[in-house]
Amino acid sequence: MNFQAVSAIYKFEMARFFRTLKQSFLSPVLSTSLYFVVFGTAIGSRMEAVDGVEYGAFIVPGLIMLSVMTQSITNASFGIYFPKFIGTIYELLSAPVNFLEIVVGYVGAAATKSLFIGLVILGTAYLFVDLNIHHPIAMMCFLVLTCLSFSLLGFIIGIWAGNFEQLNLVPMLVVTPLVFLGGSFYSISMLPPIWQTVTLFNPVVYLISGFRWAFFGQADVSIGVSLGAISLFTLACMAFIWWIFKTGWRIRS
Amino acid sequence: MQMNLSLSINTGEVLGFLGPNGAGKTTLISTICGISGLTSGKITVDGMDIGTDYRKVREMIGLVPQEISLEPFETVINSVRFSRGLFGKKKNEAYLDEILKTLSLFDKKNAKVMTLSGGMKRRVLIAKALAHEPRVLFLDEPTAGVDVELRKDMWNTVAKLKKQGVTIILTTHYIEEAEAIADRIAVINSGEILLVEDKDALMARMGKKKIRIELVTPAEAVPSQLANYSLVLSADGSALTYTYDTNSERTGITGLLNDLQAAGLQMRDVQTQQSSLEDIFVGLVQEDTK
Repeated sequence: MNFQAVSAIYKFEMARFFRTLKQSFLSPVLSTSLYFVVFGTAIGSRMEAVDGVEYGAFIVPGLIMLSVMTQSITNASFGIYFPKFIGTIYELLSAPVNFLEIVVGYVGAAATKSLFIGLVILGTAYLFVDLNIHHPIAMMCFLVLTCLSFSLLGFIIGIWAGNFEQLNLVPMLVVTPLVFLGGSFYSISMLPPIWQTVTLFNPVVYLISGFRWAFFGQADVSIGVSLGAISLFTLACMAFIWWIFKTGWRIRS
Repeated sequence: MQMNLSLSINTGEVLGFLGPNGAGKTTLISTICGISGLTSGKITVDGMDIGTDYRKVREMIGLVPQEISLEPFETVINSVRFSRGLFGKKKNEAYLDEILKTLSLFDKKNAKVMTLSGGMKRRVLIAKALAHEPRVLFLDEPTAGVDVELRKDMWNTVAKLKKQGVTIILTTHYIEEAEAIADRIAVINSGEILLVEDKDALMARMGKKKIRIELVTPAEAVPSQLANYSLVLSADGSALTYTYDTNSERTGITGLLNDLQAAGLQMRDVQTQQSSLEDIFVGLVQEDTK
């Protein structure tokens, strides 16, 4: 394992994050605060508690997931797309590194950034609602796993994308709807039976459900199924990336 | 691109790769460095296969690409540090400073890449390629778009690196560049190597010399007794040009001078001119295209 290379990629990518630190933190803090003002205080005060949890607190895991998933994809896809766009990918391809080292460097940095943002949103949430996290370790594990798996997905999108429009297409058209319809702001038990069944085909449901269990000790689907789903998703992404580097799809001429 | 070639490069030499656009120069370099895939055949560096021993091979190689590809928002030193780390080398700030000094970039060490001029950016690319102390350096058109002074600087840098024992493979459009710094010349066209030869030997072997004789009194035509020499008379009749092969046993110069005198032509001046690598190159490629 070329640890020097992994560390070089990681540091180089993190430097990009620190260069834009203000935007990196301010934007999620602002948008989360707006969600709390609108859904938590304005609308939430007129809503009943969901499964015994006040609505303002109930949406916290979903809000964190929404930002973390979007940020993971955006950071990781940009991280690998930008070298492709400006041509510096030549260096990566001609370096003595294997696909795993490249992935650990880029995805590790992207996941670190979104983990930071996830924690910042959690900190912001404490300013608005009373939170008592039931399973803090499980919460962190779910958060880290989500950051990693969605950064892997972002990495794939970054390699696939041929232009900036395509880069934004997947987060906008696929991820945001999946997260919104995946129970971020409601329990799936609130849906009519037919839609509950349809919702189970949405992979994001398992992540949000598991994450919410870590917060409040209750979930839409069992915690084992949630963990299995996220692990399966991570493995599928890794396998696809391994194939990309083996065949040179979209990166080697 | 379909390429079918076999070529050995000697340790410590500067090999100049000449070829027209689309000849396959960059494709060949990209394949050796791992940027393009190899469909069949084998490439070895220092006896090691570029596929199975890719780590060891790539550690040895530095690549300066044709296009200026740099992270614009990063500083010069961070870009160079990144390259060193990426190639698995431990931190060595003193060595990196030395490279920056050699390339006249030291005072721009902490400047953002986007603020540099084109020539400086190209030198940053060279610094990045040298950051991991490679033994083989590929320079793909290193002086494209660089002014004359910087080009000469670059040639000096190449000479310095050669002295340090770095093997250099250079592709260029500028024939004078290959002529100035290469030890051997390889001419490539349509994915095939037309020739690989020691530069001096190549020029001597293929070189034709011209002798231009200026006359005191312009001649109307080439005198009939000089017909055997295939002389070319200038439009105003004031000069005769004689082309001869430097390698042939008899150049015919003595005979020509005697016969000129016998024909009553008085000489004002005599100049000789050797064909350049460019003439040789153009001749080779044209012949290949036919």
